[in-house]
Amino acid sequence: MADQEVHMRLWRGDAGGGEFQDYRIAVGEGQVVLDVIHAIQAQQANDLAVRWNCKAGKCGSCSAEINGKPRLMCMTRMNIFDPGETITVAPMKTFPIIRDLVTDVSFNFKKAREVPAFKPKPKDPDGKRRMYQEDIDRVQEFHKCIECFLCQNVCHVIRDHEENKQAFAGPRLFVRLAALEMHPLDANDRIEIIKQKAGIGLCNITKCCTEVCPEHIHITDNAIIPLKERIVDRYYDPIAKLLGLFSQKK
Amino acid sequence: MAETKYETHEYDVVVIGAGGAGLRAAVEASAQGAKTALVCKSLLGKAHTVMAEGGIAAAMGNVYPEDNWKVHFRDTMRGGKLLNNWRMAQIHAQEAPDRVLELEEWGALFDRTQDGLILQRDFGGHRYARLAHVGDRTGLEMIRTLQQHAVHKGIDVYMECNLQRLLTDSGRISGAFGYWRESGKFILFKCKAVVLATGGGGKAWKVTSNSWEYSGDGVTMAADVGADLMDMEFMQFHPTGMVWPPSVRGILVTEGVRGDGGTLKNSQGERFMFRYIPEFFKAETADSEKEADAWYEDKRNRRTPDLLPRDEVARAINSEVKAGRGTPHGGVFLDIASRRPADYIQRRLPSMYHQFKELADVDITKEPMEVGPTCHYAMGGVRVDADSTATTVPGLFAAGEVAAGLHGANRLGGNSLSDLLVFGRRAGLYAAEYAKKLQGALSINNEQVDAYARELLAPFEAQGSENPYKIHSDLQDCMQDLVGIIRTESELKQALGMIQQLKERSRTVKVEGNRHFNTGWHLALDLHSLLTFAEAATLAAIERKESRGGHTRDDYPNTDPKFAKVNIVVRKADGAMTLAQEPLPEMPDDLKALLEEKN
Repeated sequence: MADQEVHMRLWRGDAGGGEFQDYRIAVGEGQVVLDVIHAIQAQQANDLAVRWNCKAGKCGSCSAEINGKPRLMCMTRMNIFDPGETITVAPMKTFPIIRDLVTDVSFNFKKAREVPAFKPKPKDPDGKRRMYQEDIDRVQEFHKCIECFLCQNVCHVIRDHEENKQAFAGPRLFVRLAALEMHPLDANDRIEIIKQKAGIGLCNITKCCTEVCPEHIHITDNAIIPLKERIVDRYYDPIAKLLGLFSQKK
Repeated sequence: MAETKYETHEYDVVVIGAGGAGLRAAVEASAQGAKTALVCKSLLGKAHTVMAEGGIAAAMGNVYPEDNWKVHFRDTMRGGKLLNNWRMAQIHAQEAPDRVLELEEWGALFDRTQDGLILQRDFGGHRYARLAHVGDRTGLEMIRTLQQHAVHKGIDVYMECNLQRLLTDSGRISGAFGYWRESGKFILFKCKAVVLATGGGGKAWKVTSNSWEYSGDGVTMAADVGADLMDMEFMQFHPTGMVWPPSVRGILVTEGVRGDGGTLKNSQGERFMFRYIPEFFKAETADSEKEADAWYEDKRNRRTPDLLPRDEVARAINSEVKAGRGTPHGGVFLDIASRRPADYIQRRLPSMYHQFKELADVDITKEPMEVGPTCHYAMGGVRVDADSTATTVPGLFAAGEVAAGLHGANRLGGNSLSDLLVFGRRAGLYAAEYAKKLQGALSINNEQVDAYARELLAPFEAQGSENPYKIHSDLQDCMQDLVGIIRTESELKQALGMIQQLKERSRTVKVEGNRHFNTGWHLALDLHSLLTFAEAATLAAIERKESRGGHTRDDYPNTDPKFAKVNIVVRKADGAMTLAQEPLPEMPDDLKALLEEKN
């Protein structure tokens, strides 16, 4: 679709309200939605608010809802749309609007502060630390998270229920908690926090988060479900309860 | 001092920039007991460090036990064409392994060797496989680890807060002033010390791997309060950026592709790097494909010329394209598909695989990539003391890309992440120490702050009609065309003239709308630092009449022994820049001996 004109509808406004505005702009070869937004910014709307950094899917800054789908603007090619299709870009719905496409994502940073820190086990007798690749593969999957917060955005526990934000950390934080819980060197215990403060019980594994993850992290299967199982083992398994004194975390 | 009308905070140490260097500095300053603020332009965890791919260079000897700091020191100095500050190169090589291991203590998970230790990979200019890494997303692992550690230490973080001016009292740092991006309101920090960790200024060029944040703020703020700048002529053009489609031109392709076995080829299928081995690296570089390929497995062979330092490879690619042996889109081919199995490529280079698949419809396990040079890194920046990172202004420290010295005329891949950790820690340590020892009260000059506030608001009231985006793109064209990989005096002087014109035009920039998250206004303010960075880089490039590292002169194509002994220093006074050639610090004999050693 080289140098074809496209019709974009961008949400413009702030916490007080706003509306979609129409822009028509030429699109060059290979462009992504973020390129088009930048062109509109440079040529037609100098003050258009948008976050971005790496433009290569590595920093997770440019999350938005494009034709209703949560995506990174820098990784959404313009050629996936039909010629003549109107492309609508809206800010993430779950977070309060700051301005235009920029939302207040401080919820995620606040929840991150509540996660108990990594606490390393003692070193090997020779002063080194040894971990084997097969033992860290599953944790490295979680470390791929670029904190775009698209999983938080689509999670219906908080998307449509502001009141749940108090007692629910959301998929991004479950990935982080799983990464710490499954870290071979970690000696902290977060099971109670995962159950209580992070509210993992509210998740009913509809996998919306997994579907939108640009890093293809298996959030539900590899992070959330194993954490739920650990809670069951700790709090609801009668045999484990009986043997509680001997139970091991990992 | 009377209460000001601006939101005001008091700290011992204010760290500006929250990439690897800023985070590590804040962690250290805070650990030393200094009341510390960390201020960054983006959200926490989005700084440039997150995009670093290949790894952290550190002579841990996990893969090659014969590796040690002396070899790393030698490689760094030779990669920098011996223009590096020797003491910085020594400290860096000695301390990097501890800094990597420290990240592991804070939860980082590097790829492992068979024995369960941190795996290290090959990279350009490093004699041994030395880069601790996580696939090709090492920067993400590093920034996330540091970010989480800093958060758990309770450091105050000011996100999306852009500091634009440093404040001084009798020549000493007394604060910093800027604005919140969200509200557009001003914010004033009163502090004893500032650590600059703001990165470089690569966004002044058009084809660049740098994001909007790389606008030269630190260099500009430092120069504006009289700090020395050094080595500004040395810009690194990374040899392998994406070239197609146009919208992704400049996005980085990690050197890890070559470290893991990829080779560069021209349109005739020739591995052309064998024709570009400079005399300086002949003794340590393979001269046949057979030896080059054997080097990956057995380091008794000499290194493949595909992994010569970046300046050499970038120039070679440039020459191939100019000679008509480029790819259809004006790059060269980078081929790993025909050399390594698909599952190996996907495991070692997952983010490259993803990036090419999504953005260029290229499957790198099946076909070669098209790559070409992209503006990547500033070797020059603020002049610092090697041990303490102190600049020439009392109370001002600088670490990471914004600082000059460690990398000399050219940086080796992998030496940036280690630089951030080693000198980030030292900046935090010495800034805290300085703040502790500082005698007497510091004051803020309110009139000065008011004047800065007026300057920052000028784009709303300007009479002109200049569009800030247009000025920025004109600057990028100018730097790309006239201050690029290959330079010549007439073009550099032409660039200087254009920069002056752009400065004039930037005074008549008009922004629309209000102060609330106004990106046009933000860019209008960044023009000051982009233009300052560009001017210093161009002036220094005119002054160095030779070719060395990341500075190649068409009119002076050889190295000149006279320039081997000096740094170009840029100073700003009363709005004008002046130049000086100042002698390099003398290297002790025992370190000189390390450079002489062959193999």
